[in-house]
Amino acid sequence: MTKQEALVDFCLQIGDTSLIHGQRLAEWCGHAPILEEDIALTNISLDLIGQARMILTYAGQTENKHRDEDKLSFHRDAWDFRNVLIAELPNGDFAFTMGKIFLLGFYMKNLFTVLSNSKDPSLKAFAEKSLKEVIYHCRHAADWVIRLGDGTIESKERMQKALNELALYTDDLFEVSESEKILVQEKLIPSLADLKTNWSHDIAAVITQATLKLPQANNALRLGGKAGLHTEHLGHILSDMQFLQRAYPDAKW
Amino acid sequence: MSETISKEQAFDQKLANGQVIEPKDWMPERYRNQLIRMMSQHAHSEVVGMLPEGNWITRAPSLERKLVLLAKVQDEAGHALYIYSATETLGVDRKELIDQLHEGKAKYSSIFNYPTLTWADMGAIGWLVDGAAIVNQTALAKCSYGPYSRAMIRICKEENFHNKQGYQILARMMQGTEVQKKMAQDAVNRWWWPSLMMFGPTDKDSPNSADLMKWKVKLHSNDDLRQRFIDRTVPQADAIGIKIPDPELKYNEKTRHYEFGQINWDEFYSVIRGNGPCNHERMKARTKAHKDGKWVREAVEAYAAKHFN
Repeated sequence: MTKQEALVDFCLQIGDTSLIHGQRLAEWCGHAPILEEDIALTNISLDLIGQARMILTYAGQTENKHRDEDKLSFHRDAWDFRNVLIAELPNGDFAFTMGKIFLLGFYMKNLFTVLSNSKDPSLKAFAEKSLKEVIYHCRHAADWVIRLGDGTIESKERMQKALNELALYTDDLFEVSESEKILVQEKLIPSLADLKTNWSHDIAAVITQATLKLPQANNALRLGGKAGLHTEHLGHILSDMQFLQRAYPDAKW
Repeated sequence: MSETISKEQAFDQKLANGQVIEPKDWMPERYRNQLIRMMSQHAHSEVVGMLPEGNWITRAPSLERKLVLLAKVQDEAGHALYIYSATETLGVDRKELIDQLHEGKAKYSSIFNYPTLTWADMGAIGWLVDGAAIVNQTALAKCSYGPYSRAMIRICKEENFHNKQGYQILARMMQGTEVQKKMAQDAVNRWWWPSLMMFGPTDKDSPNSADLMKWKVKLHSNDDLRQRFIDRTVPQADAIGIKIPDPELKYNEKTRHYEFGQINWDEFYSVIRGNGPCNHERMKARTKAHKDGKWVREAVEAYAAKHFN
């Protein structure tokens, strides 16, 4: 993998994660428990899809093979997607969705904090802009984790169950991909070595305040998102998301 | 008694002077009730209206279109929140109003009981449905009740943007492949007549109109607004090569209005009575969301009781 290929691959990791996460959250639109949450979930989804557009465009430019944000989003198969697995999991109940935004949000927050010091100006600009958005997502999701964890017996059970199930997919976030290794070696991005420790610290503080138990990650066989090895869910997301582009390849919309 | 009469006279005087009624002003109960009926119906329409368009968010054909559609549906949630709040100034709460919707006691705009079958429907809804809503709401922006009037001014601004994005979806498709043109025309064929029905029954059959006009809640008749919509929409259709599915449609040089064919009022009343293609699905989706969210709302209350009391 050349340095250029590594940069493209790394941008796809980030862009695909934002895109698939945003695509999933958009499914809530019109079905949330309260109107305020219809607005909030859509807002987070909007931010994520905005992020995907920016970084996928940059991936396409860096790759220089005439693939723009749409070509990359709508004309790749699942094995070429580089998103982390947790993003593609179905929404589940409201606690599960909040758990996803919470765990993934703090991962993105810590990642983008590191990337804000990238030597690559585009990556740096992307990270600085997206960090502001992701901090808000973290705050929103953390508030809900606390409210649900410390709410009723039912909400506590649901929130705990969600975190326990999601913990099966959190090691996948920190599996070091080949492109990450190369970009760190080449000093294009700072070291990602502290990512997991910082993330664990962030989520533990919230989970404790929520009077919940810290789930234990045990996911040796649930890795591979960044390498294109996905769950069964991604194929279904793509068949839905890519339908029009695939059915009418000549059309411009 | 005499005091009531004088209050009512003062209220009438205010209306006659073109003054706006505010929440703390005295108002006749019938005025209050009609406003609650109309405004909650409007808010419910925004909520239910999220569903037909929400149906295409995950399948939008480009990231930009996805973003715009998401933002639009989010605006609708915002409008609902805004109008529910405005309705609450009349002394009801949102929970009560939402219960009325779920119990089938309150109505919402029948247009949302039609299905969204292709991507072109996103264009047709923005252009025709939001276009019709703008004509209605621009009139309501001058209505006599302050909170509703102000809500309408704000909402109209966003609706204008929705209207443009819908038209732009269709305009782009009409410049595209043969299949895209067919898709665009098909959507307009299906949405045109229901959009005309959005203005409500013809004046002689509109049961609430007389009171609402007297109170300056409604400033124009259903038929006038419908005509206004048709007059502004037909040239837009011509400009992009869309054919309006009405063989009797023709421009009258003398009146400077379009004449149009007979609206199928049987269909209108049938959809209102619950027999539209999606009435059942829409209400099922809304009641399911509400039921599934019950434990979340309970948790919010329990948490607040523990920490904020």
